[in-house]
Amino acid sequence: MALLTVDELSVTFTARGRRDVTAVSGVSFDVPQGEVVGLVGESGCGKSVTSLALMGLLPRRGVRLGGRADFDGTDLLTLSPSRMRDLRGRQLAMIFQDPLSSLNPVVPIGVQVTEILARHRGMKGERARKEAASLLDRVGIPDPDRRLKEYPHQLSGGMRQRALIAMAVACAPRLLIADEPTTALDVTIQAQILELLRELVDQEGTALLMITHDLGVVAGLCDRVNVLYAGKVVEAAERRPLFSDPAHPYAHGLLGSIPRLDAPRGLPLHPIRGSINDTIAWADGCAFAPRCDHYTLECLEGTPALAEPAGLGQPGHLVRCVNPVLDSSDLHTPLLEAPVPVASAEGDTAAPSSGAPAGTPSDTTPDTGTTPATATDGEPGDAPGKDTPA
Amino acid sequence: MGSPVSNTPNHPDDREGPETPGTPELSGPPAVPHQAEAPSPVGGDRARRASRKVDRIDRLAELTARRETTTGAGLWVEAFRRLRTSKMAIIGACIIAVFVVLAIIGPWIAPYSPTAQSWRGEVFPNRGLFVGPRGENWLGLDHLGRDVFSRLLVGARQTLLVGVVATLIGFTVGALIGGVSGAALVLGGRVGQRIDAVIMRFIDMMLALPSLLLAVSIAAVMGQSLTTVMIAVGVVQIPIFARLLRGAMLAQGGSDYVLAARALGVRRRRIVMAHVVPNSLSPVIVQATLALATAIIEAAALSFLGLGNPDAAQPEWGVMLAQAQRFFDQAPMLAVYPAVGIIITALGFTLLGEAMREALDPKLRS
Repeated sequence: MALLTVDELSVTFTARGRRDVTAVSGVSFDVPQGEVVGLVGESGCGKSVTSLALMGLLPRRGVRLGGRADFDGTDLLTLSPSRMRDLRGRQLAMIFQDPLSSLNPVVPIGVQVTEILARHRGMKGERARKEAASLLDRVGIPDPDRRLKEYPHQLSGGMRQRALIAMAVACAPRLLIADEPTTALDVTIQAQILELLRELVDQEGTALLMITHDLGVVAGLCDRVNVLYAGKVVEAAERRPLFSDPAHPYAHGLLGSIPRLDAPRGLPLHPIRGSINDTIAWADGCAFAPRCDHYTLECLEGTPALAEPAGLGQPGHLVRCVNPVLDSSDLHTPLLEAPVPVASAEGDTAAPSSGAPAGTPSDTTPDTGTTPATATDGEPGDAPGKDTPA
Repeated sequence: MGSPVSNTPNHPDDREGPETPGTPELSGPPAVPHQAEAPSPVGGDRARRASRKVDRIDRLAELTARRETTTGAGLWVEAFRRLRTSKMAIIGACIIAVFVVLAIIGPWIAPYSPTAQSWRGEVFPNRGLFVGPRGENWLGLDHLGRDVFSRLLVGARQTLLVGVVATLIGFTVGALIGGVSGAALVLGGRVGQRIDAVIMRFIDMMLALPSLLLAVSIAAVMGQSLTTVMIAVGVVQIPIFARLLRGAMLAQGGSDYVLAARALGVRRRRIVMAHVVPNSLSPVIVQATLALATAIIEAAALSFLGLGNPDAAQPEWGVMLAQAQRFFDQAPMLAVYPAVGIIITALGFTLLGEAMREALDPKLRS
C-alpha cells in the first residue's frame, strides 16, 4: 500500500462570468514510501496545481476539487483547514521553485527554521536554535551557526535551496513534494541538490513527489515517472522503460527532441510541433492529437484509456494512447547513462512561478513559440509551428 | 478591495489576458487593483480628486511590493545605497537636519525673547511705520515690536512638534486600521473579506473629503487648541496610512514566502505578524516622510485660520503668517519669512520622501 494514493484528482477553477478551466482532469498515481515519483510535463500541464491541491494550498473559493488523495488513510482533499495545517510541515512538506522568493527577505534564516520547530515540535530558545543548526548542517550548509543569523540575500542560491530543504525536513515529514526545486539553480548546484534529496529519501525513507519539466532530473532521480499532458497522465512507467521505450507519442517526442551533443553539424532538431494550446478537450478525444504524428481518426473517439499496450510487454507501463509507439529504436537517450542530470530539457528557467495556471490564456503568450521540451534554448522550436491537422 | 483579485490572493487563475512581455516576472499575483473603485458617477471634481489620491496610495503600496528578487542585496540596503547618491535625498536630508536642529536648540540661541514687545515704541502699524532688518534685529520687528528672527527660531519647534505628533497619530491609527483590514484579508475567509470591505469603505469616505476641510471641521468641533490641531491634522492622515498598509499587506499576502510558510504549516497569525507586516512597512515609512510635509503645511493653515494655539503671543509660523497678513501692503516681508520657512521645511520632507520612494522602486533600479 503506497503512502500516498491519488485517485482521479481533478482541479477546476471557476470564476463567475467566466468559463471554468479544468487544470487537472483525473490524475491518478501512487507514491510509495522511500521512493521518488516524478510528475513530468511542460508548463501549464497541471503539475504545480496538482501539488498545491495535495497540500491544500489552493484557495477554497473558486476551486472545485474532485477525486481522492489518500495519505495513509486520510483524504487530503476533504480534510478541514485546521487539520491540514497540522499535517503540513509535520507529515507533508513542500519545496518550491524559487528559493529566494520563498524565503522571507526581512527575517533571518534562523528564525524561519526555528518557527517550524516551534510550531510542530514545541521547541523553543536554545534547544530550537541548536536543532536548527544541526538541520542546516545536515543539508550541507557550512558554518550553520553563522548562517542562522544571516538574511536570505546573504546566502547563495544553492544554499538558500538547502535552507528551504532543511525547513521542509525539519519535522521528518513522510511525504515531501518538490515543485521544480532546481529550476532556479545552475547545473552544478542542481546536481548537488538532487543528490541531497536522494540521500534524504534513501536514509529516512521519505516519499518524494518530484515535479519537474526537466527530463534530466527525472533520469537522475526518479524511480517511477508520470508524464502529464493537458491535465491527464498520458504515460506512467518505471524510469528505465520510460526512457528506453516511451510509448506515448508525446513522451516519445519529448525524448526525441533532446538535442544530441554528438550529432553531426547542421542536423535539424526534432521539436514537437505546435504548442500546448493546440489542444482539444479530453472528452472529445486525445488532447495531444492535434500535435501528434501518429494520429488517426480513432484518436477522436472519446478519451483514450490509460492501459498497458499490447506490444510492450512491460508490466506497470501504462499508456493513454490508441496508437502507441512500439518501436523506439530511433531514439537516442543519453540521459539514462549520465549519472549527473544534464541541463534542463526545457530551457525556460524564467518560467512563470509555481502557480502557473494550466491552459489559461495568460500562460500562452510567452510560450507559444517554443514547444516546451524541445527547447534547446528556445528559438528553433516554433519553426513547424501552427500547421495543425484536424 | 471587493474585487476578484483580493478574493483569492493566490488564485493561479487570476492573471487574465496575455502577460505584457515587458513587465518583470512577478512572484505573486497582481498586487493591488490599479484603478480606484471610488465611484465617480458624474465625474465630479471631488470624486476625481479622491480617486487620484486613492490611485497614488495604491501605486506606492504596489511599487514596494514588487521587489526584484534577483539583486543580491536586501531592499533597504540597496535603497540606502541609492539614496546616498541621490541629490534630491541629500538636499532633503540637509534641510530636515537644519530644521530639526534649529527647532530643538531654537529657544536657546534666539537672541531675544520671542514674546517680549521690547521695541513697542518703534513700530506704529496704523501709521504704516515698521522696522525692517537692522544690526540689532536681523529680520526686523513685527507689528508689536517683537524680534522676528527670534520668533521664527522658536516657532520652528511648534511647527515640528505639530507635524511630528500629527503624523504619529495618523501613522499609528492608520496603520492599526490598515493592519486589521489587511490581516483580515490575508487570513482569508468570507468573514475577513467582509471586515475588510466595511473598514475600507469607511476609509474611502474619509479619503473623499478634502483634507483641509476635514481638518477644519474637526478643529472647529473640538475647540481652539494646539492639541486640536495635532489631532485634526493626524486624522486627515489616517486613511492614507490605512489604505497604504492594507494594500502592501495584500500584495505581500500573495508572495511566495507566504505560500512557503503556509506549506510548512506555520500558523496564520504568525504568518501575518512575522512575515507579512514587516515586509509591508516600507511604503508606509516612505509615506510618513511625505506626510510630515503635508502635516506641517496643514498645521500652519489651521493656525492661520485661527484654530491653533489660543495664546496668539506664542510664536508659530502659521500664526505669524496670519498676523502679518493684516499689514501685508505695508510690510510684506513679515509674511514672507514664515512662509519661506514653511515652504522650505515642507520641501525638505517632500524631497527626502520622494527620493526614498524612487530608491525603493525596483523599476528604476539599475
